[in-house]
Amino acid sequence: MTISVAMTVNGKSVSGKVEARTLLVQFLREHLGMTGTHVGCDTSQCGACVVHVDGQSVKSCTILAVQAEGAKVLTIEGLAESADKLHPMQEAFRENHALQCGFCTPGMVMSAIDMVKRHNYQLDEATVRRELEGNLCRCTGYHNIVKAILAAAPAMKSAGV
Amino acid sequence: MTAATGIGARVLRTEDKRFLTGTGRYVDDLPLARATYAYFLRSPHAHAKIKSIDISAAAKMPGVVNIFTGKDLVDAKVGGLICGWTVKDKHGEPHKAPAHPVMAVDTVRYVGDTVAMIVANSHDEAKDAAEAIKVDYDVKPATIDLATALGKGAAEVHPEAPGNLIYDWEIGVKADVDAAFATAAHVTKLDLVNNRLIPNAMEPRAAAADYDKGTGNYTLWSTSQNPHVLRLILSAFVLGIPEHKLRVIAPDVGGGFGSKIFCYADETMVCWAASRVGRPIKWTAERSESFQTDCHGRDHVTHAELALDKDGKFLALKVETIANMGAYLSTFSTAVPTYLYATLLAGQYTTPLIYANVKAALTHTAPVDAYRGAGRPEATFVIESIVSKAAAEMKIDAAELRRKNFIPSTAFPYQTPVALQYDSGNYPPIIDEAMKIADYKGFEARRAEAKSRGKLRGIGFSSYIEACGLAPSQVVGSLGAGVGQWESAQIKFNPTGNVQVLTGAHSHGQGHETTFAQLIHDKLGVPMDQIEIIHGDTATTPFGMGSYGSRSLAVGGSAIMKAADKVIAKGKKIAAHLMEASVADVEFENGVFKVAGTDKNVPLGQVIFAAYVPHNYPHADTEPGMDENAFYDPANFVYPAGTQICELEIDPETGTTEIVAFTAIDDFGNIINPMIVEGQVHGGIVQGVGQALFEAAVYDNSTGQLISGSFMDYTMPRADNFPSFKLGYKVTPCPHNPLGVKGCGEAGAIASPAAVMNAVHNALAPVGVKHVEMPATPLNVWQSIQGAQRQAAE
Repeated sequence: MTISVAMTVNGKSVSGKVEARTLLVQFLREHLGMTGTHVGCDTSQCGACVVHVDGQSVKSCTILAVQAEGAKVLTIEGLAESADKLHPMQEAFRENHALQCGFCTPGMVMSAIDMVKRHNYQLDEATVRRELEGNLCRCTGYHNIVKAILAAAPAMKSAGV
Repeated sequence: MTAATGIGARVLRTEDKRFLTGTGRYVDDLPLARATYAYFLRSPHAHAKIKSIDISAAAKMPGVVNIFTGKDLVDAKVGGLICGWTVKDKHGEPHKAPAHPVMAVDTVRYVGDTVAMIVANSHDEAKDAAEAIKVDYDVKPATIDLATALGKGAAEVHPEAPGNLIYDWEIGVKADVDAAFATAAHVTKLDLVNNRLIPNAMEPRAAAADYDKGTGNYTLWSTSQNPHVLRLILSAFVLGIPEHKLRVIAPDVGGGFGSKIFCYADETMVCWAASRVGRPIKWTAERSESFQTDCHGRDHVTHAELALDKDGKFLALKVETIANMGAYLSTFSTAVPTYLYATLLAGQYTTPLIYANVKAALTHTAPVDAYRGAGRPEATFVIESIVSKAAAEMKIDAAELRRKNFIPSTAFPYQTPVALQYDSGNYPPIIDEAMKIADYKGFEARRAEAKSRGKLRGIGFSSYIEACGLAPSQVVGSLGAGVGQWESAQIKFNPTGNVQVLTGAHSHGQGHETTFAQLIHDKLGVPMDQIEIIHGDTATTPFGMGSYGSRSLAVGGSAIMKAADKVIAKGKKIAAHLMEASVADVEFENGVFKVAGTDKNVPLGQVIFAAYVPHNYPHADTEPGMDENAFYDPANFVYPAGTQICELEIDPETGTTEIVAFTAIDDFGNIINPMIVEGQVHGGIVQGVGQALFEAAVYDNSTGQLISGSFMDYTMPRADNFPSFKLGYKVTPCPHNPLGVKGCGEAGAIASPAAVMNAVHNALAPVGVKHVEMPATPLNVWQSIQGAQRQAAE
């Protein structure tokens, strides 16, 4: 049995027919072809699938597509203002070499943006490290991810994002 | 070339933009029209006979397209998976080579062994159908525990390997070592377990395949670190598809760490079944499958003894190791605990006599093969643990004992007693720098301060060396490797002057698209944005060996330099013609050909254009076009070395360990992009610390179930487990490759387990703890402290 679902993804209205068991991440990747959001585990541990749902960071492997009915979803593909103008968090990841294989990166960036906002653009290293508990990276040793997030916080504030 | 973007510059990565905007293209991201989806039914038992498999109910499930079992492969005469490195035992006999069917036929040998492949219209339908397959198993006793795998009464994994012994191998002369031990003033003995690890690249393994009925061509997309080698194995040994009819593409790959080197059952099945199903097939491992079926790493049980004279000079080292192979021999498994392990047991030291005996054992567990460092972390852990233990026993400062035994900088090239000839190095300045940055002098004050807070503070050294940049083909061939270990490069200029550089190496996070472009930019003066690095597709790139063993730059980069030399040589001929000068008078610098001593010059772009529009051209001795190939076979391994110092605090009440400072000083030879190199070191350190403090692949010894089978049960290192690291470099260029580079990909993981565990032992010594095994979890440490206190009370 399929269920109709409609939501806004990166500012565009989208809809589709899904099974009740279809996860939000499956809807994004398989129905909409938006493969920027990744799946790295099956226990909601790794955080590669983090997106924003109505402004909050959510592991998109942990909610059903139907639960996002009517929601505003933001994914990594919708973050940059334009092809040439990255979001300050994306820019900071690039400038600080905070990614290697790139697989955890979409989730890292989405989590990091949420983290900066929740802490009102004021973060210290210990807070960033603690807040990253829901995102695994096997390449970077986290060192440069932490640097990037600390650098992005004031940049996001001054850019007003 | 500019200082901002050439060799040595911190150039931001070209590949980052696609990864940061969600436009990377990993295997699972491929849109394949009319795709089917595969799911594998896997064995729930460690050891069982398959009495029957009934697929009749499953075949009728919604969406099911095909179901295949091991019998189908037997009927189709599909070959088994292979082990590509023949190790000869101490009697000169080749290792035992049990059959490795792609899917189990009548016996399953580990939890996760492949039993059936279900192909359906969706992943969920395939998975639903798998539940309807009825397999009648006759469960047999299993051998799980490595320590008893070779003992009497252990259940046999394969009839071809009696007593579960794959080989009994040795290096060195035991009698000479024993004689040296007889003269020793002090002998330090150490028993240790090198814990089994699960690689866990963040992208699970995946494969997709398509078969073109019209041409008979197969395309396999795989999360492979070495697509050409995968194609070679599948063609020549397993599927029999002629090499030119099989295209293997490894697109963006989300980390490998060794686990994606090997030829696996599932990707083999996806490729084979594509022609039978008649539609494309996609498969992506669930994380649980990755835990169960990715090749695991490490897993040694070792006894070591170090003989010292009264002044602390090392006289001899004796090592006995049992190495776990798992249930089947994976692609390079046999080489890891022999030629990548025992040959490194000299470390940075002048130990004149070394004997090592390695027994490789089968168990009913997942196959074990190369994982970041592959043998070298195990060797470093043995040496650096026993050296620190000897220092503590002889009451010599740990740094001083190391310094006393370092190979002097004047002794290179240095022939070790275990086959390798170190090409270059200078170890004392490295440890000096590390001690300065770590403020070693101030440690005792910090320890006292920590004690006042109830904490046990410790400091630990690890001075590692590794042989990487795999490898001189003749050398590895003489040791049993089934392949050469050169690398290839092709520099293909387009008429408009931009350039495509095709490499046989493969990037799965290392940043080749940037580092390799820096080489071309520096050497040929082509702007960075006019250079494209292409890798990972057997249809476009020259045959190459892929990336592992920290070889991409030392071997693949050297191949690029060689091809660039050919571009310059040919360009000189064309430029000489254009400038009406003698070739001998033409020089090339910063992208411009010049006639020496004159102001005549012609830029590379004009030469390239002339090569493709050869109206005015030296046709007599020069072919049109600018497309140069090179293959580079290294003269020796490269030998990065360094010292790490770990400082940590243990809370004796909870057993919790906190790393408070971590210093790494490395000699990687010349550095092309320090930003990328630092990233490699950070990641390596964390993987090694993961082994020391958190990670362990745990099987239930009675049932063979993988207890640490998810991220809920297997502790991955997380951001809050670490401080920021302090890094530094000392440079002794590699004398035998054109870039003077060594390798940096594995160093961090090779050295750090010993640095951490030496610090743990240093911290716990005051409370009487003698030995803690990895991982030093809070429970493990707390129990060690309790045990020591009980012993003291008795």
